[in-house]
Amino acid sequence: MAEYAVELRNVWKRFPGPGNEAVTAVKDVSLKIADGEFFALLGPSGCGKTTSLRMIAGFELPSEGEIFLHGRPMGKTPPYQRPINTVFQSYALFPHMTIGENIAFGLQMKKIDKQETRRRVGEALEMVRLTGYERRRPKQLSGGQQQRIALARALVNRPEVLLLDEPLGALDLKLRKEMQLELKKLQREVGITFIFVTHDQEEALTMSDRIAVMEGGVALQVGNANDIYEHPTCRFVADFIGDTNFLVGTIGVQEPHQARVELAGGVGLWAHTPQPVRQGQPVTVTVRPEKMHIRPTATDVNVLTGRVSDIVYIGTDTHYGVTLSGGQRIRVREQNYSVESRLLAREGEMVNVRFSIEAARVLTE
Amino acid sequence: MIQRFRENRRLQGFLLILPTLFVMVVMLIIPLTLTVVTSFGQRDADGNVIYTFTLENYWRLIGFTEQGWDDLYLRILLRSLWLALQTTVIVIAMAYPLAYFIARAPEKRRNSLLFLVLIPLWTNFIIRIYAWVMILRGQGVLNSALGGVAGLLSIPFQPLDLYPSQGAVLIGMVYEFLPFMILPIYTSLEKIEPSLYEAAADLYANAFRTFWRVTAPLSMPGVVAGTILTFVPVIGTFVVSDILGGRQVILVGNLVQRQFLDARNPPFGSAASIILLLMTLGLTLYYTRRFGLGEEIAAG
Repeated sequence: MAEYAVELRNVWKRFPGPGNEAVTAVKDVSLKIADGEFFALLGPSGCGKTTSLRMIAGFELPSEGEIFLHGRPMGKTPPYQRPINTVFQSYALFPHMTIGENIAFGLQMKKIDKQETRRRVGEALEMVRLTGYERRRPKQLSGGQQQRIALARALVNRPEVLLLDEPLGALDLKLRKEMQLELKKLQREVGITFIFVTHDQEEALTMSDRIAVMEGGVALQVGNANDIYEHPTCRFVADFIGDTNFLVGTIGVQEPHQARVELAGGVGLWAHTPQPVRQGQPVTVTVRPEKMHIRPTATDVNVLTGRVSDIVYIGTDTHYGVTLSGGQRIRVREQNYSVESRLLAREGEMVNVRFSIEAARVLTE
Repeated sequence: MIQRFRENRRLQGFLLILPTLFVMVVMLIIPLTLTVVTSFGQRDADGNVIYTFTLENYWRLIGFTEQGWDDLYLRILLRSLWLALQTTVIVIAMAYPLAYFIARAPEKRRNSLLFLVLIPLWTNFIIRIYAWVMILRGQGVLNSALGGVAGLLSIPFQPLDLYPSQGAVLIGMVYEFLPFMILPIYTSLEKIEPSLYEAAADLYANAFRTFWRVTAPLSMPGVVAGTILTFVPVIGTFVVSDILGGRQVILVGNLVQRQFLDARNPPFGSAASIILLLMTLGLTLYYTRRFGLGEEIAAG
């Protein structure tokens, strides 16, 4: 059996809710996270991602199932006995200690000798580029600096796995972008498995090797950024990651891996079917706006006619809202390649929207 | 005119603090000055104060009397100090676990638990202290109960001689000041962000080490505030010692009271109260310097 850094096997978590009802936060989640992987748990608030992370850390115990760390079942091991460290969302730096004392805390608890501790604290500060900050207090540091100290305080212990709970949530946009790249670079350098929780899909796509999209306590889909974006397996994932259009219809004629989908208003399209479908089955088709075209040079197989209802120019792209003859509304994104890029249609005009069979994907869930 | 008043923030601020300023100056500084002046005075045969400048009262308090060495008053001072110290330590030891329990209780239950802590304060202070007389005296509640149990077990029972005594005063003090220690400790414990406990656990600290390295230092501001709220009133008390200590337990507070009311010697009473004030001030300053009021920690 291949050994994973972290494995969740059929993990459930129920909390006592109002009355005698139990609230299920995590439902039968199984995940295998490889050594050295940068793994994201992505989902909206209340999806169970933070609870999953807290169970790995040991702050919560699973109601059912088991968590393995490098093949060792964690059982009821308390957090202070797990070789795992956490970067908290609020950083949770000890306000009564200096930066140096904060970083040294874990090493002191493990009874590492003083000289070694001092050396490693120095190294950790160097790693997060805050050398010379030992004597400051957390309060004297900016949010971004505190974030880096929280990271240093965790990494100085050389954990088997580093957990990050919305680590960049409290930073402003520009700093967040910088830190995303910095975190990723740091992870490559230290080679430690990072598991991080986020509700920001862009952050997850930017940083992680693989992503688990969670909703309602269930891990809906696990895969790399490309998989999740291009091959969503359900409507929630397609909707949550990036923008997309949904077209509702029923299955008509079928061919291997593709099928005709009949939409309202007597129109239809050809779409890719990753899973078996049957004739007459009601389905949703997802097509990303950037994969639809209204430029006259487009030659894709699928053609839908509609009336332009609104146009939004955002510099890199122009977004066209199109109401199809069947009444369904879609958005088309045309990239503005050249300086001379001009509007391809005017509001109220009838246009042909073209897209390939591969761009349209049938979702049954 | 009104417009100018609206724009004058300094004037507005001054008017707002005026009532307090009045109370502080008129009700504190003036009597305090009078006490200092009186403490250097003498008393004539009729008990009137003669305003002169003599250190005689102070010499007498620390043991040097006209009749030679007499440590009567020095012992009273030390007894007060010792009792205040004992009370404070016992109150901290009792209040901390309870404050911790309330602070870690579910948020909805905390207020009702704090409410329970405050209920005794609804009863008049004197009545509560007298209740302890009923409990502790020779044929009181405690002795009757113990006697009853001893009777059932056929053990010979000698009623405990608890009242009046210094022990009874200590019990009364501890009882009286417990809420004043629980509240500030609770407040500082409640302010500690729960993620700090998790961070400590995450960094390999077990519950015991988390307490000493995180909880205890972060709750020090509450302990310091509670100590001041307890130590200062206890060291100057005279009511509790009067009721529960009888004539045996004389504290500085009783000394001051008797010099003013019974002995009709205000200069000596003033000197005693100034010594008490200096003692309290010195200890409080030392204590807050040493352990800090810790505003910056609490705010962090």
